[in-house]
Amino acid sequence: MPDSIVVRGGRVLDTTGERTVDVLIEGPVIAAVGDGLRGDRELDASGCVITPGLVDLHVHLREPGHEEAETIETGARAAALGGFSAIVAMPNTEPPHDDPAVVAAVLGAGTRSVCDVHAAGCITNRRAGTELAPMGELYALGVRIFTDDGACVDSAGVMRRALEYAGSLPGAVVAQHAEDTTLCTGGHMHEGEWSSRLGIPGRPAVAEAAIVARDCLLAELTGTRVHFLHVSTASAVELIRDAKHRGLPITAEAAPHHFTLTDAACASFDPVFKVHPPLRSADDVTAIKAGLADGTIDAIATDHAPHAVETKERPFEEAPPGMLGLETALALALTELVEPGVVSLADAVGLLSWRPARIAGLSDHGGPIEPGRCAHLCVIDPTVTWSPDPARLASRARNTPYEGRTLTGRARHTIVSGEAVVVDGEAQR
Amino acid sequence: MRHLLSVDDLGRAELDELLDLGESFLDVTRRNIPKVPALRGKTVVSLFYEESTRTRLSFETAAKRLSADTMAFSVGASSIAKGESLRDTVQTVEAMGVDAIVVRHRSAGAPHRVATWVDAAVINAGDGRHEHPTQALLDALTLRRHRGTGLDGARVAIVGDIRHSRVARSTAKAFAALGATVTLGGLPTLIPESLAGWPATTTGDLDEILGRLDVIYLLRIQHERQDATLFPSLREYTTRYGLTVERAGRLKPDTLIMHPGPMNRGVEIAAEVAETPASVITEQVANGVAVRMAVLYQLLGSGATVA
Repeated sequence: MPDSIVVRGGRVLDTTGERTVDVLIEGPVIAAVGDGLRGDRELDASGCVITPGLVDLHVHLREPGHEEAETIETGARAAALGGFSAIVAMPNTEPPHDDPAVVAAVLGAGTRSVCDVHAAGCITNRRAGTELAPMGELYALGVRIFTDDGACVDSAGVMRRALEYAGSLPGAVVAQHAEDTTLCTGGHMHEGEWSSRLGIPGRPAVAEAAIVARDCLLAELTGTRVHFLHVSTASAVELIRDAKHRGLPITAEAAPHHFTLTDAACASFDPVFKVHPPLRSADDVTAIKAGLADGTIDAIATDHAPHAVETKERPFEEAPPGMLGLETALALALTELVEPGVVSLADAVGLLSWRPARIAGLSDHGGPIEPGRCAHLCVIDPTVTWSPDPARLASRARNTPYEGRTLTGRARHTIVSGEAVVVDGEAQR
Repeated sequence: MRHLLSVDDLGRAELDELLDLGESFLDVTRRNIPKVPALRGKTVVSLFYEESTRTRLSFETAAKRLSADTMAFSVGASSIAKGESLRDTVQTVEAMGVDAIVVRHRSAGAPHRVATWVDAAVINAGDGRHEHPTQALLDALTLRRHRGTGLDGARVAIVGDIRHSRVARSTAKAFAALGATVTLGGLPTLIPESLAGWPATTTGDLDEILGRLDVIYLLRIQHERQDATLFPSLREYTTRYGLTVERAGRLKPDTLIMHPGPMNRGVEIAAEVAETPASVITEQVANGVAVRMAVLYQLLGSGATVA
């Protein structure tokens, strides 16, 4: 019988509401919730909020292929430090997740890591956008999210077939990187005032909106769920809001950098601010926040994209797109959304936990925190202030755009399947 | 001034100071021995990630006329071609003991990044579509020598592929900073998607403004742009926006014709027009050496007056 853990003195917050109680964990499950519980080991949660473990629908773990930037082990550790108990690994590895053997290897490495690692599968072979990947075989391994992320499925015909096909796989969702390639070719930042001033070729907002509009129509035609990855523009938010009002099976996520940074940051020419879709205008940031506040956007997902230091030392136009997110997402949501009153704490946790858990079909995750449930918990200290230091990140990469920014709130303890993998902000393995 | 990365780095006073200095150096370059010892013992390296004979030669000539030692790195002849990172290359170069690095790069902002990694002065010799500040200075000097120190009220049209032009970005800023009114002319696909932040307005009708211009500044039309569906053909471009003999005939007699070179005669400018007295294109080249001497002197000079 493994040691039991009691999480003491915190305020529990889940889909059922809030109450101040202790949580007793025995083995991988929650054994009891109540006052005065006793366990072999105590984790102090006074002044803290105990929530279901956070769930990130969108991480790049780089293994296989670019282990110099991140591995499943280091990415999972970064996730746990960020309060996440489950993450979904995007398929743009080398080789990509278009092969059951690759997905099986990723999932196998995931079982040895400190949080639950799920794998998204490719929509098309080699993410080339032409022929369907073996979605059924990948589904049999547990894949529920299919995406060519990093590449948009540009062909309406291929997207339609993918949706029709995925419709035969219960719980499957097709996730689109909505940026029309023909409108973005050669582009490296948001097209607008700053791209014009800086002479950096742009990626226009309409490239996102055009694909979102089209795929809403295809979701309506096929009845298959479509999830929009990293929504970044006001026009896309508006289209998704309308589609949801019409009852279409649409969900959407937003990345922290799209509600905390604007394209003006690119004026430094530092490629740490280069990401696809790009940092947008201040109006877009406002619209993303509004979409998070009114439920149009269902989840905060990091699009954690590690890159080796030397690749981000190239000039802006030659550096790869992407930025780290796992270790800063919770703090950014608390600092930029909860503190200014854009969303409530409960809604922020919903965006980071139970709503993404539902999208990914992760029934063990997202709570509620009650006896018999899997013990995936995040204990948040909502008042601690800190500042991201690239040198101290658990990620193998260093490309955080938030160096030196003052943030409020952080995961203090993270418990995954009953194991305290992060205690007082320190990874335990 | 520690680096020259963008025209934005220069206020009106600094612009005037550099141009005054440029005038002095123009006199130096016309002497029998066009050389001063101002930068003796200083080393200037040119680091060109993109082919450019004219700008590189102009900088090297400027450095030599100030008695600086010069070194040149160029693509294909160095570790650049072997895949060494930009940061490693510039730090290697700096370790050899250089005082200024002149950077030309196909990517916007590369000189700005270099400036964050080295102690040497960094001069932007053209970065992607972003800026080409010494081109702007030589253009401003050329214009000033014809119109006097204030460009106030001068009506300038910059015509051509503005969107993809680092020259347009820098020169429009410099002209506007010195008091000129700048209009951008060109096909809609060659005008920037946004003009916010540009000290200029745009016109879709070049013919309408031709007769009022004090300066028409033509940009090179790159042949490869045709493939990017930006305009149907060079012939159609010339018909709509080329400075043909017929259009040149509608300019005021004293309208200056400028071009940063190299020209596509017969495309953006008719061969005959480039040779008219109103064309100051070769003066621009000569002024280029003088303003680059001024920039090097300002960045590396000891503050001694020019002999």
